[in-house]
Amino acid sequence: MFDYGNLKLIWWLLVGVLLVGFAIMDGHDMGVGTLLPFVGRNDVERRVVINTVGPHWDGNQVWFITAGGAIFAAWPLVYATAFSGFYWAMLAVLWALFFRPVGFDYRSKIHNATWRSTWDWGLFIGGAVPPLIFGVAFGNLLQGVPFSFDSYLISTYSGSFWQLLNPFALLAGVVSSAMITLQGACYLSHRTEGAIQARSIKAGIWAAVVMVLAFVLAGFWIQHIDGYRITSIINPSAMPDPLSKTVVKEAGAWMSNYHQFPILWTLPILGGFGALNAATLLLLRRTLLAFVSSSFAVIGVIGTAGASMFPFIMPSSTMPSASLTVWDSVSSHLSLGIMLVAALVFMPLIIMYTSWAYGVMRGKVTIAHIQANEHSAY
Amino acid sequence: MISEQLVDLSRLQFAATAMYHFLFVPLTLGMVWLLVIMETVFVMTGNVIWKDMTRYWGKLFGINFALGVTTGITLEFQFGTNWAFYSHYVGDIFGAPLAIEGMMAFFLESTFIGLFFFGWDRLSRTQHLMVTILMAVGTNLSALWILIANGWMQNPVGAEFSYVTMRMEMTDFWAVVFNPDAQAKFVHTVSAGYTTGAMFVLSISSWFLLKKQDVEFAKRSFRVASAFGLASVLSVIVLGDESGYTVGEAQQTKMAALEAMWETKPAPASLTLIASINEAESKNNWEVDIPWVMGLIGTRSLTKEIPGIHEIKAKNRERIKRGIVAVKALDDLRNNRESVEVKRRFEEYKNDLGFGFLLKKYVDDVSLATPEIIEKAVNDTVPRVTPMFWSFRVMVGLGFAMLILFATAFWTTLKSKCSEHPYLLRAALWMLPAPWIACELGWFVAEYGRQPWTIYGVLPTHMSVSTLTVNSLYGSLAGFIIFYTVLLVVEVFLMVKFARMGPGSLGTGRYANEGH
Repeated sequence: MFDYGNLKLIWWLLVGVLLVGFAIMDGHDMGVGTLLPFVGRNDVERRVVINTVGPHWDGNQVWFITAGGAIFAAWPLVYATAFSGFYWAMLAVLWALFFRPVGFDYRSKIHNATWRSTWDWGLFIGGAVPPLIFGVAFGNLLQGVPFSFDSYLISTYSGSFWQLLNPFALLAGVVSSAMITLQGACYLSHRTEGAIQARSIKAGIWAAVVMVLAFVLAGFWIQHIDGYRITSIINPSAMPDPLSKTVVKEAGAWMSNYHQFPILWTLPILGGFGALNAATLLLLRRTLLAFVSSSFAVIGVIGTAGASMFPFIMPSSTMPSASLTVWDSVSSHLSLGIMLVAALVFMPLIIMYTSWAYGVMRGKVTIAHIQANEHSAY
Repeated sequence: MISEQLVDLSRLQFAATAMYHFLFVPLTLGMVWLLVIMETVFVMTGNVIWKDMTRYWGKLFGINFALGVTTGITLEFQFGTNWAFYSHYVGDIFGAPLAIEGMMAFFLESTFIGLFFFGWDRLSRTQHLMVTILMAVGTNLSALWILIANGWMQNPVGAEFSYVTMRMEMTDFWAVVFNPDAQAKFVHTVSAGYTTGAMFVLSISSWFLLKKQDVEFAKRSFRVASAFGLASVLSVIVLGDESGYTVGEAQQTKMAALEAMWETKPAPASLTLIASINEAESKNNWEVDIPWVMGLIGTRSLTKEIPGIHEIKAKNRERIKRGIVAVKALDDLRNNRESVEVKRRFEEYKNDLGFGFLLKKYVDDVSLATPEIIEKAVNDTVPRVTPMFWSFRVMVGLGFAMLILFATAFWTTLKSKCSEHPYLLRAALWMLPAPWIACELGWFVAEYGRQPWTIYGVLPTHMSVSTLTVNSLYGSLAGFIIFYTVLLVVEVFLMVKFARMGPGSLGTGRYANEGH
């Protein structure tokens, strides 16, 4: 149906779409979790906050699971190398996520202040830790990851967990955390009223400022770190074999796509201005538009990282020729084709019924609503 | 060479987290249909007690579902974190059903479960019923795709090895989807889930009836559960027999091990009911046989033989020897892709490549394998018989015990006399753990029985692991044990609390125990 090279490109875009979908949808739930202990000052306020995402968090979390599944299926070598290399970081994400399903469902089932506040902090961990770690992971991808392959493509990771926490990666973590917090703040300010809304707006503005500052700083910094460049000839339609190319490390290499295609500058601009615009709209209490604007900022930021690295997905700092790229770490032509068909059939359906679900549950979640639904609300 | 300790710890972690996950999955699979049935009756009759039943059992369903979601993510992560070479080697085939599961099923289930709990006042009755049905469909489709992936591990059809990409590649998607092993496993597994859901509702309803609490509510729940449970357990048993048949074709090894069948039996083979197994001397000290039955189950004929363990090992010995040639040719090809002669040799021997890999457990360069090493690898190709034999028998025994229970329960409820038989009610209460034990043993037989392979005949377990340190594994295993213990305590605490409270926990004012 499609030429193999084109399918590889399409899947790079589709994984990007899934990551953006994850950051917009599961992201706003995680932002709400991050803000929960701070914008909800007492039990009923916290229940209001939790119930804004109560009917939706589970569906939204599937963006994360599907993104993971799609990376497994489309880029098996990336999935294998990244998940095993970042072992402790991945487990930290996983264990943080443990707090969410049980936190949401169990918290309000028992009338006990300690029980409830424990789960509130659990929801905070489940909301705050994953975006931070994903940001740190992206920061490390941009610098290259210390892994190598033997002739069977068995990967060996030679770094440690603590090496992941280097200054540039932490800065990327700040961008990611602030972005997700902003996303959550916009959503919360749209679905709540009164004091909770006012606190959410304030938090959102601060998050936008922090995000833009960190994002711009990272933009300057990245011009001075070593990027990667393929020096051998690429045949996009070739059978994927990551050991068949040569790669060099070069300061500023991550800027070369921007030099070559200046239109790509729209992505970082969208990231920065989307966030500032969201902050302005929050000030004006145009909360729905603020959420839309913040979602565009998410597209801009993730797009910026992707466009800088293209065609690299996971460069290797210790064995650059083993770097994983869009061309040589992908599944077979047949698998990519079948999954593309599945994605084209199901993604529109998913967007349709998710929108319907939000439509059914629309409107502000109020303190009165929680008190009237004491037994059924979260 | 990969440390054996690393392999064992990786296996232990996967087994523990997968079996833990499956404490929650079968209840979800079954209860979701019970909710559909109860709500359908509510929509058709307008009798509010059926709405309360849907909501109360839904509450317990939700407590269980939360842990199902929590522990499911672990499994998706673990293929990458702990089985990196596996993920690379078969991700092209194994990943696709998982990705499709996410898009087709898990989104559906997870989006509509939110509306199931929170949409009662915002949707019309019919709309809400549609939501519940879609949630149930999503849940079951989810199981379908997961079992297609698992079925492929048992019977890897529709794929071929490529020495360029150094992995298995999909050649026929529909062969993977309609893999007979996957289809039989799906029906057997979801039926087991339905039985679990029915047993849960039956047991707790029996308890209400014994306490004479909310009797009308409990009687109706008991009736639905006994009918649904009887149909489900019949399906488990009949279709379990169907998986026996497919196991017979694709995985004779598993069959021989779980039947403790050392020698090939003349057709039609007898079924060994019980035996005293002597693993050291590879024989049974004594056994009790029923003539003909095994031949009928395993081959659907009276004339086909079923191979015993000794015959299987003899075949595998030859395949391992051919596998040595295949591995050598592969190594040469990885260094020089162009040699026509090596390519020809590899093509000739590549079907036995996986068997050659079995030797890598003992020696890096398989051409250095001594006859003793080959013998060890041959012995590895059949899992230990004793755990297989007894796990299988306990599973089947529990299945038949549940059949008797559900049949009796259904009979009494037909005569509207279920509350008059305290023995039956007590039996139903005490049988509560039975479906869980049977499910876990079933998975044990399926997965332990596949050893020494992760992908039967293709990729040995010891090659599939990530190159992690043993200390990392100790650390993560400890973390899982701590998290999962705490979560289980919390879950059981809530489950018992709400089961004790009964429908009063809905706060409708219609039941006992209101206002707690």
